Amino acid sequence: MTDHSETAVLGNEAAPLPKHSASEIAEEELVEGSSLWKDAWSRLKKNKLAVASLVIFLLICVFCVVGPFLVPYNSQEQDLFLGATGPSAEHWFGTDTLGRDLLVRTMEGGRISLMVGLVATVVSLLIGVIYGATAGYLGGKVDATMMRFVDLLYALPFTIFVILLMVAFGRSMWLMFVAIGCVEWLSMARIVRSGVLGLKKQEFVEAAVSLGYSHKRIILRHLIPNVLGPVIVIATLTVPAVMLLEAFLSFLGLGVQPPNASWGVLINEGQQNMEIFPWLLMFPAFFFALTLFCLNFLGDGLRDALDPKSAKD
Amino acid sequence: MALLEVKDLRTSFYTRDGIVRAVDGVSFSLDKGETLGIVGESGSGKSVTCYSLMRLIPEPPGRIDGGTAMFDGQDLLTMSKKELRKIRGRRISMIFQDPMTSLNPFLRISTQLIESLRLHYDVDKKTAINKAIAALEEVGIPEAAKRVHNYPHEFSGGMRQRVMIAMALITEPDLLIADEPTTALDVTVQAQIMDIIKKRQEDLGTAVILITHDLGVVAGTCDKVNVMYGGRMMESGTAEQVFYEAKHPYTRSLQKTIPSLQTKGEELYTIPGLPPDVSKPIHGCAFYPRCPYPKTGKPEGDRPSLVEMADGHCYADCGFCDSSAPIETVLPKSDSPDEVEQAGAAE
Repeated sequence: MTDHSETAVLGNEAAPLPKHSASEIAEEELVEGSSLWKDAWSRLKKNKLAVASLVIFLLICVFCVVGPFLVPYNSQEQDLFLGATGPSAEHWFGTDTLGRDLLVRTMEGGRISLMVGLVATVVSLLIGVIYGATAGYLGGKVDATMMRFVDLLYALPFTIFVILLMVAFGRSMWLMFVAIGCVEWLSMARIVRSGVLGLKKQEFVEAAVSLGYSHKRIILRHLIPNVLGPVIVIATLTVPAVMLLEAFLSFLGLGVQPPNASWGVLINEGQQNMEIFPWLLMFPAFFFALTLFCLNFLGDGLRDALDPKSAKD
Repeated sequence: MALLEVKDLRTSFYTRDGIVRAVDGVSFSLDKGETLGIVGESGSGKSVTCYSLMRLIPEPPGRIDGGTAMFDGQDLLTMSKKELRKIRGRRISMIFQDPMTSLNPFLRISTQLIESLRLHYDVDKKTAINKAIAALEEVGIPEAAKRVHNYPHEFSGGMRQRVMIAMALITEPDLLIADEPTTALDVTVQAQIMDIIKKRQEDLGTAVILITHDLGVVAGTCDKVNVMYGGRMMESGTAEQVFYEAKHPYTRSLQKTIPSLQTKGEELYTIPGLPPDVSKPIHGCAFYPRCPYPKTGKPEGDRPSLVEMADGHCYADCGFCDSSAPIETVLPKSDSPDEVEQAGAAE
């Protein structure tokens, strides 16, 4: 009897992984209690582009967070006699029109951009996942009402919404978080809801109900972990989207206010002097673009790793 | 007093295409430690009966329209959700058809096994894990202490169904509802799973409701049998009564379809036509259009109700067919023009 079950296990393991060599399968069999996360991680590790993106992204984070302590300049310290100078031994990235060191401004701008990206994403994640899972699980009229509210917020023109907020509450960075968070959780909620709608018909949810678990327990312990795959992918793709939004708002002058800098602000300043002092645009734009690239590639890689069925080829 | 006393249970689904009366007045009772088999074709209302008892019917579109299900003095159909949660998993457990989807793929087996135990009993994690390991050993998982920390995808179908049984019985419930527990499994594993259910039932004194298509399984394991058709019970009684003294033409036709009882080399017997559409009102005997026995007339009006024939042996007799005729005298399906019309439409 044991033999039957063991062969069945072998068959199951081997069937969906035709590309693996025999040694790899054997290796996987030896792993005790390999979770789906571990499987996904091992798949991600094989994707060179995603790993490289992850490494570069982490380096950029370190550069922005630790960097300012290592540079002997202050991001707001002006040297009006110096003015805008090109990259040199003292100022690696040159200085801006007010004589501020661009290297340290790029680093600190990155801090703010990354922080906006991460905080707004986490906020949208929390709201979106719980909202979407509740709507999907409860279904019926509750679901319909909750999702119509989402549609309503979707229909709101983003720029006008932000300008209204700014008019009402004044300009502040936190308001921008709120504004971006308000918009970004919507797609998260929709994706989680659709995932939960599919999952709740599965027998393990029925089994959980039949074992006497409460709604809250089923949503938090049994449904949400099962939709985390797509959620993580969306989250990695939300970070660059949020950063772009922040850059867009700062570009319009609605976002981060000088003398604070974000990459969006720096790019805005840079494009005003693009023809005379091109480095002012080049450096922040380079880091911004690089970060967006990395996050997008990482998101792609994660999608393939967490949902092997959707992988190309 | 009986452990479970179901009276006139009626469950319908209110769909856009009309009201589907999936269960239309079912009554039965079950004592402690007894095994009740519910048999019938797909769509006869077997599963809906049990889902109604557990109140697992998706509402809407489903609704329990009436009846009572007294479980140890409490009505399962009217109790509050809070009370129900104390009974589900603790006193009544359920095993589902498909073991491949009935375990949460993201949680370790150990986590899932101890979750219900810790929810219903006040035990610490270590005791719970030990109990989970013991439960896995009981259902025949080798190296249970090691495998308990595995994930569901590392188990085969048969092993997962064993885990489901262990999970359902870990709280030592009074009643186990097994909804076609072997349908999705390999034939070689089916017998093992039935043996495990039977053995655990004897160990724990659990009453079991077994839903199945497999008449052989019913004959081998059940004390009592309900035969369902079109949302109602057609015949009920002890396993011996239903198998050796079958009265209802439907029960007799079902028996005739058992492959191992048929002559080798001949085409397998199937009941002609399709089960009735329960979204339309049924007049007279629901089985009439497919009934292979010689008829003395067409049943009209209300559906015949269950009548007790002998000690505990009930069947719904429409009184228009000669079911005492030996089963060999089954007529070829083209003999009755009525029936051809019905069967043709269904096909």
